[in-house]
Amino acid sequence: MTYKVIGKRVKRVEDPRLLTGGALFVGDVNLPNMLHAAFFRSDYAHAKIKSIDTSRAKEIPGVVGVYTAEDMGEAWEPGPPLVSPPPTLEGVVFNSRRQVPLVKDKVKHAGEIIAVVVAESRYIAEDAVEEIFVDYEPLPAVTDLEKCLEPGHPLVHDDLDTNLAAHLVQNKGDYEAAKKEADLVLKRKFKLDRGAAAAMENRGIVVDWDQKNQHLMVWDTTQSPIPIRNGMATRLGLRTHQVRVVAPFVGGGFGPKIMMFYAEEMVLPWLTMKLNRPVKWIEDRKENFYATTQEREQVQEVEMALSKEGRILGIKQKIIHDTGAFDPYGLTTPLNTQSHSMGGYDVQNYNSELFVVFTNKIIVTPVRGAGRPQGIYIVERMLDIASKELKLDPRDVRRLNFIPKDAFPYNHEIIDQAFVELILDSGDYLPAYEKALEKIEYDKFVQEEQPRLRAEGKHVGIGVVPFIETTGVGPYEGARVAVEPSGKISAATGVGTQGQSHMTSFAQIIAEELGVEVEDVSLVSGDTAEIHWGTGTFASRGAVVAGNAVLAAASDVRKKVLKLASKILETPEDELELGGGLVRVVDIPEKSISLGELAVLANPFRGAVEPGTEPGLESIKYFGPAYGATAFGVHGMILEVDPETMMIKIHKYIAVEDCGTMLNPLVVEGQIHGGVSMGIGNAYYEKLHYDENAQLLNASLVDYLIPTSAEMPHIEVYHENTPAPNNKLGTKGVGEAGAIPVPAAFAQALENALPDFNLEITETPLSPNRLFELLYKSEE
Amino acid sequence: MENTFELSVTVNGTSYQKVIDPRTLLSDFLRNDLELTGTHVGCEHGVCGACTIILNGDPVRSCLLFAPQVHGQEIITVEGLGTVDDMHPLQEAFREAHALQCGFCTPGFLTTLVPWLEENPNPTEEEIREAISGNLCRCTGYQHIIDAVKLAAEKMN
Repeated sequence: MTYKVIGKRVKRVEDPRLLTGGALFVGDVNLPNMLHAAFFRSDYAHAKIKSIDTSRAKEIPGVVGVYTAEDMGEAWEPGPPLVSPPPTLEGVVFNSRRQVPLVKDKVKHAGEIIAVVVAESRYIAEDAVEEIFVDYEPLPAVTDLEKCLEPGHPLVHDDLDTNLAAHLVQNKGDYEAAKKEADLVLKRKFKLDRGAAAAMENRGIVVDWDQKNQHLMVWDTTQSPIPIRNGMATRLGLRTHQVRVVAPFVGGGFGPKIMMFYAEEMVLPWLTMKLNRPVKWIEDRKENFYATTQEREQVQEVEMALSKEGRILGIKQKIIHDTGAFDPYGLTTPLNTQSHSMGGYDVQNYNSELFVVFTNKIIVTPVRGAGRPQGIYIVERMLDIASKELKLDPRDVRRLNFIPKDAFPYNHEIIDQAFVELILDSGDYLPAYEKALEKIEYDKFVQEEQPRLRAEGKHVGIGVVPFIETTGVGPYEGARVAVEPSGKISAATGVGTQGQSHMTSFAQIIAEELGVEVEDVSLVSGDTAEIHWGTGTFASRGAVVAGNAVLAAASDVRKKVLKLASKILETPEDELELGGGLVRVVDIPEKSISLGELAVLANPFRGAVEPGTEPGLESIKYFGPAYGATAFGVHGMILEVDPETMMIKIHKYIAVEDCGTMLNPLVVEGQIHGGVSMGIGNAYYEKLHYDENAQLLNASLVDYLIPTSAEMPHIEVYHENTPAPNNKLGTKGVGEAGAIPVPAAFAQALENALPDFNLEITETPLSPNRLFELLYKSEE
Repeated sequence: MENTFELSVTVNGTSYQKVIDPRTLLSDFLRNDLELTGTHVGCEHGVCGACTIILNGDPVRSCLLFAPQVHGQEIITVEGLGTVDDMHPLQEAFREAHALQCGFCTPGFLTTLVPWLEENPNPTEEEIREAISGNLCRCTGYQHIIDAVKLAAEKMN
């Protein structure tokens, strides 16, 4: 299909406000009479609270109140389960333990909230926090994924006799039978560690209870305003119309801002209703490290059975996945790991046993990639190792195993994060892989460049890794599109924006459908007053699920426009066209009527309307896919290791992506760039260091290193297009893609750069120090 | 307030006299007292660069200064660089090159780069990478920001 606006590199409509300091973020909300909250957080990761003394804090002038769990009375209850355990698998164990607003008796991770101070300023509130004294009885911390299930191990939750949060087995085919046929059975253990999302904007929430109107106004840095509204209303005993949640401009999400309810989201609404004054809390960076969810920690034991030609006969896997102190997000992340552990390969036999464990670390919920990088990491590492063992070209091994184009839709026969069968809807993997090899000039590099540079004493290596990304899962999203009397378009969707360019990409869809300029569309994407139903921005699903809801609503408005215009212009609908904000008769362009005039006519102030008609040129539509749209990509890099410092320089980086129809290539490329930067962090810089007491040792941006412009390479992005067959736009998500393959590609390139060492990388993130240790060990 | 400070400062060409708590951070003063909320606070320990403002012509981190330290001096914040209808060439270039996604770090990049571009009108990519290496961005991977700086340099020459 040829589009005029969709697929074009349209400049963003949200930018001028953001560029001139005029965009509203939650931290910018200042209300008259507003109070400020600051939290007393536990220094211990695991400790019984013996006593809490808030008396001195309460005496500080300007302090309005200091509250503990006891003060909340009946309002104290744990957060709701966010994602339920999968109902469709037999024998699944799921122990739901959810975070609490204020700790009552036992602290389960460092940073949990014990008390809240409310004061006339944040400065005073923080002074008062310093005057709170808690007497703890420290307990041994649970940190070790492999030991925490042993009998007699300390318990995170005393009411469970285990640290097991969940257990399930997914099976496809018969791995043990396949193994008997194998020429090679490889076994490896992998360690995947934690990182932070580290959005530049920390979390924040401003709440304002209006006693006279019986209405609660909330500004929240959430990725999911509608479920927050619904949950808050339920918790507070209000109706949904009594709560309005606005997620205005949000300064980066990357997953943790979809987590709900954070303790602060439970405490603040209670405070404003109790005190009848607005209350504001903005997370500081240290709190962001201690209180905002994290991800990626797993230990995996993987077995892969292969034929001597390199055909994967089967994969067996044991995953121990750390969920931290609580598991409000269910099994989304480890299910994603399973969904990606077969990559884009035709694997007939798969057996995966998953153990989810509680530890005394920060709660785990999805972070950009959401379990997928771990799956891609293990399958790609195993293929690299197998290629070496079988003395095969790693490229040929991939070529041999790709799911062929004619096998789609391809059913992986396990369930995915949406609890439906993992069906890969479409794809054409081999040409994209070949394109990546061509663009990175693989042959030239290994035949000419690498030998030349090695002769000069340089340690250069290449890594190319293909990956899938399951995207665009249900349940559904909605959109409202309306023509205003001015002829401009108003639109809304419940999918809030944290930088994904919704106000532009979705406007492009509407502009295409209604024949208006992108600038004439004003789209609100995170305000519960504008649309009632929706879930949120997560799982790379905005362009797929919300995008197609926007299309459906805009198409419906188009129908209404044509129907009315046909009547007014006394011309059949098929002789009309939309363009320039007008409806014109195709053959008589001067015979036209503007959308604005039609909108006025569609909403008469007097007179009778035809029975069965609705007023206005407005439509609300929903889109819910049966299953997701799976994107594909290949990333390649050439890197150089400095043998003295173990520092890395990436000389070339290419990304071939296939996200189906692109709404705006500029935005797609931006998503890839950002994803890759997070992936490079995950590969070599960003590791959250917890000690044996579950204390986070590098909880600042000084010590937790996110890539800067000095570490980032220039990224060449190339596009392939296999449109998704199950949605009209043909879109597949791309939001997380950039981050997924990087650690695997990085490891491949590192091994390739250091052929003189017996280096086999089975862990991520690495670091210069860790690489040095691995090289030292390999020489022993 | 037992202890107060009478602060005079010029921000974006306007003189302000305010009585403040002397320990008020400059970033909080700009955001809360002057309601110039375009200056964003990302880390409050001087690493991320989101709070960068231009003090007497030089980019500095407003989260590392107390407001009284700028008494009698001149500040430009992101609001002083351009308006929606009349953007600075660098702001225009940021838009053209899609150099911002969530936009939270963007004011700090602009205030770092505007004085720098005046001194470095024809920068190379390496120089640009060096110039922005003290500002963190989590969305863009910096690539489009670098493109935007090149584009702005062309526009401004």
